[in-house]
Amino acid sequence: MALLQITEPGQAVDPHQRKRAAGIDLGTTNSLIASVRNGQAATLPDADGQHLLPSVVRYLADNTVVVGAPALAAASEDPLNTIVSVKRLMGRGIKDIETLGERLPYEFIETQGMPRFSVVSGQVSPVEASAEILKTLVQRGEETLGGELDGVVITVPAYFDDAQRQATRDAAKLAGLNVYRLLNEPTAAAVAYGLDTGAEGVIAVYDLGGGTFDISLLRLNRGVFEVLATGGNSALGGDDFDRRIAEWLISEAGFSEQITHSQSRLLMTEARRIKEQLSTNDSVEIKINSDNFHYQGVLTRVQFDALVGGLVADSLKACRRVVRDAGLTNADIQSVVLVGGSTRVPLVRSQVRDFFETEPLSDIDPDKVVAVGAAIQANILAGNKPDAEMLLLDVLPLSLGLETVGGLVEKIIHRNTAIPISKAQEFTTYKDGQTAMLIHVVQGERERVVDCRSLARFELRGIPAMVAGAARIAVMFQVDADGLMSVSAMELSTGVEAQIVVKPSYGLSDVEITEMLKASFEFAAEDIRLRSLTEAQVDGRSVLDAVAAALAKDGAALLSAAEIGEIETAMADLQRVIDSESNTSILDATAKLGAASDHFAALRMNASVKQALSGHQIEEFEIGQKD
Amino acid sequence: MNVNLQDNFFSIFQLPVSYQVEPLVLDDRYRDLQRNVHPDKHVGASDQDKRLAMQWATVINEAYTTLKSPLKRAIYILKLKSCEIEHNPTLPGEFLMAQIELREELEDIGDDAGSLARLAVFKGKIASGLAALELDFAAQIDDQLAAAEQTTYKMQFMHKLYSEADRLEEKLLGY
Repeated sequence: MALLQITEPGQAVDPHQRKRAAGIDLGTTNSLIASVRNGQAATLPDADGQHLLPSVVRYLADNTVVVGAPALAAASEDPLNTIVSVKRLMGRGIKDIETLGERLPYEFIETQGMPRFSVVSGQVSPVEASAEILKTLVQRGEETLGGELDGVVITVPAYFDDAQRQATRDAAKLAGLNVYRLLNEPTAAAVAYGLDTGAEGVIAVYDLGGGTFDISLLRLNRGVFEVLATGGNSALGGDDFDRRIAEWLISEAGFSEQITHSQSRLLMTEARRIKEQLSTNDSVEIKINSDNFHYQGVLTRVQFDALVGGLVADSLKACRRVVRDAGLTNADIQSVVLVGGSTRVPLVRSQVRDFFETEPLSDIDPDKVVAVGAAIQANILAGNKPDAEMLLLDVLPLSLGLETVGGLVEKIIHRNTAIPISKAQEFTTYKDGQTAMLIHVVQGERERVVDCRSLARFELRGIPAMVAGAARIAVMFQVDADGLMSVSAMELSTGVEAQIVVKPSYGLSDVEITEMLKASFEFAAEDIRLRSLTEAQVDGRSVLDAVAAALAKDGAALLSAAEIGEIETAMADLQRVIDSESNTSILDATAKLGAASDHFAALRMNASVKQALSGHQIEEFEIGQKD
Repeated sequence: MNVNLQDNFFSIFQLPVSYQVEPLVLDDRYRDLQRNVHPDKHVGASDQDKRLAMQWATVINEAYTTLKSPLKRAIYILKLKSCEIEHNPTLPGEFLMAQIELREELEDIGDDAGSLARLAVFKGKIASGLAALELDFAAQIDDQLAAAEQTTYKMQFMHKLYSEADRLEEKLLGY
């Protein structure tokens, strides 16, 4: 335990200083921010008492940006400048958007594979639009919590691939946020329920959001939430229910002309209203009069169920698959949690109940449960609850692989592998004298490259010319705890190395992000200099505090007097320059202290691992007794 | 005795090097280890500590996956005993004949109303074959290394067959 405290220097200095941490559910339809206050996790309302922020961004001619309810209200009158459901486009290319097969009322411009909306004030990428939603939420959080946020946890669908996760991270960067972790939405929901009920065993989280469907199975054991398997469909959601109703309206009205952008938006809004009313009523009266579109009639629950039955069946198919992936049967699942506004549809509830043969839980508002879980996790990661037992162990949602000869995929890390994970795989050349190799990283389950998502391509050059099959190229994948991947490759006989962080073909480059950041903050040169000096001082002090605390605790036990002396010298050197105006000497001395304490840090971590299993004899005995 | 990143997976889990592993003990120790090393437990730490946490969490995940799977565990124990698995091993003719027959049986399962039931029977047969091989390996590993190696190759064959049966099942189920 003591070792863990060392990692929280701020807390050692002042135990009463709580970090301002928040959980953010960046949803397709609505977004929320939540925080733990007085031990209670709850979503934060805006000035009008509204918790849900519609995920809608409107761009005006004078460069102002409107987010939320007022933007949503303008969606049908100003469809081209009002971005709705932007989450569906995160990390996607134009081709992906076309295959989503929807009537998207936007005009797109394609730049380097990445779509941008053409709006009245210029071009906007989905990442920038998402950053606007984040900024609005963060402002609400800062007003409520009384100051700048120290860090946030942002939720993503478990089924999001690397490109979609990276795009979410980029949006947070643009909004100037410190992201502790990207958290999978179903895991967040399980956290919210798990801590409430103290449940143990396997739970299923059925999450039908506006644009995505996730199903995850988690095992709860003494505060550890272990994701066993996750699956779903990143192109199935409540929007599809609305679309089915809109298509029905068009067909019932006998409308054969081209649907305008504005009509499309109007029909979708009307469809959502109908869907929501059918959750409590058996039928809904409809009356639409817009330009040349006229319809008056009734949609019954029974008709609606028939319209969307196929969609619900698709979701259950994914459930069946995930239960199988986890090596379980439906009988092994103790409880089912419902997440997402679309789980209010009665057909969804009854079908889920019939499938899992248990009454699904929905005591926590399905719209808020994800944000609440994220807030609990953010509070713990901020260090506000140092004795918290909770730990979330997540998995890779989609297999990672490489393209091999003939357009086939060789899987390197299979889906549902626990993360973080790294894996090395050896490849060889297939032509005599081949000196370069193109490495194409893909994500997905299908056998052919064209059926998977292309994440990145990079080239390993300088392979010594050898006969085909003689070169030995080791490709190393590393997936971190956020599910984000980096790849490196090396030719083993020569040591030629290539390393890249996998950047999705549709993502923003670091340069682009930096430029956008500069544009948004409009820092003066002096501000930048002061800011970086302050950062260097803060970083330097926190390293000094951490090393001092570690030395006091474990120095004598783990190090020789000479080793301690060496570290103390480096500390004194940093202490001497820490209050100076010289950015470079602070950074330099901080780096030297880091190097001097490297070995010590490794020893402490090793001791921590050993300590983890001290007292395991007792546990063995208990297990023996249970059997 | 201290623990290092380079230590063998059994040492990290503080278990004796043995083919017999109690799954519940393994699961329990896995959670206890991750409770200390997982990057989420080091969010506020220095970059140095974060990197170490990530390395440890990665190694512990790999160790857990290896020790949990009977086939991976067998290959790993052989490696600890300096016995590297060959890519194209020579196996007894009768075993290979039996493999060919099993493969034909899998191909004949077809795609009709009875396919899934036939496949379930087939998978059961492979699973019990694997269980028998695991018992063989446990009996051989201490003093008959060459035999244990042969058994591991047989496990690999059966395991591959089982994966193919799995894939066929997924296809029949429409995944």
